[in-house]
Amino acid sequence: MTLQAWLTAAGGAVALVLLGWLALTRTVLGRGLAVPLRAMFVKPETASYPEAPRPTAPRFHGRHQLNRYADGLEKCIGCELCAWACPADAIFVQGGDNTEEQRFSPGERYAEDYQINYNRCILCGLCIEACPTRALTMTQEYEIAADSREGLIWTKDMLLVDPPEDGYDTPHTDREVRDRGLNYYGGLAVTPPTRKGGSFAPATAAPLQRAGAVVPRRELPLVPPGTGDAEGEPDGDGGSAGAGDA
Amino acid sequence: MGLEEKLPSGILLTNLERLVNYARSTSLWPATFGLACCAIEMMATGGPRHDIARFGMEVFRASPRQADLMIVAGRVSNKMAPVLRRIYDQMSDPKWVLSMGVCATSGGMFNNYALVQGVDHVVPVDMYVPGCPPRPEMLLDGLIKLHAKIQGESFADQAASA
Repeated sequence: MTLQAWLTAAGGAVALVLLGWLALTRTVLGRGLAVPLRAMFVKPETASYPEAPRPTAPRFHGRHQLNRYADGLEKCIGCELCAWACPADAIFVQGGDNTEEQRFSPGERYAEDYQINYNRCILCGLCIEACPTRALTMTQEYEIAADSREGLIWTKDMLLVDPPEDGYDTPHTDREVRDRGLNYYGGLAVTPPTRKGGSFAPATAAPLQRAGAVVPRRELPLVPPGTGDAEGEPDGDGGSAGAGDA
Repeated sequence: MGLEEKLPSGILLTNLERLVNYARSTSLWPATFGLACCAIEMMATGGPRHDIARFGMEVFRASPRQADLMIVAGRVSNKMAPVLRRIYDQMSDPKWVLSMGVCATSGGMFNNYALVQGVDHVVPVDMYVPGCPPRPEMLLDGLIKLHAKIQGESFADQAASA
């Protein structure tokens, strides 16, 4: 081909591209057609929800959860502050007294029954702010739709978390709790009423922790329920291996 | 044993109930019944990010005659209740109702004289989605559970309830 033919072809191509660009950017029809053309190269926005749900925000207000201490005692003391804070009257708490043989939480009382009515709960989190022991927190779970109103009333056994691996399910006896020697309120308060006559025993042997924090798992002196005697002195020694054998 | 063994391969047998329920559950057309803030989340569910069209439900019908599912999204006032019941009556059978958000489910935090304390006082509800408002995933979760419920329905029960 001659130089002239090359030039003609190149000029034609340039003119074609120019015309196409003009049509796609300057005419009404072309600008409309350019939208799906552009969209062919854009990553889809759709979240494939049931198969691969996108993570929620870290502080998302999902359903509630009742927490435990590291030894399995419940944090809830049955004070009903959450129920009083609730703007929708969605929380029902029935408090009960801890006894020496049936201890559910440190302190005098525990939640005998605890219900959250998700027919009314607006997941605002005021109950979480009201809770003095961080017993009630919110999870990021939100798949709680049900086909009846009864199915949306969550009872204590549904809300309470499983006991931690080194802990035991409630109730405990006072003797077991005393032998562990944890300080449940981070040194700001006292350990459970472990002596007769209602006197309180300070947790001298327990390591100091910040308020609300649980004692790390390693430092838990293990006393299985039922075998709790005073043989294991709560002297807080670091022999975690020996404690693990018990 | 039965007919299945006499058939050549490539032919799939099912029963009519399952086929019909499959068809019903996979193109469940909702009627628009947005009443309050939950309707915003319902619209978001129809948008590209959550894309309710993946479940064959993108056609929100303005006419109740063409709708199968009423998503009651928002609080139902006493004045709205007869309208809601009328629209429900105008929908053709079979029809389902999904109560979206705690206001529709039970009145939520608005326990007062103006609101119906639960839309199931007015219409039969098949699925309750809690939340205030429920995020689009919560609505999709309720819809998926409703689909599963529809797929387990039987003609006999429907005839008995109708």
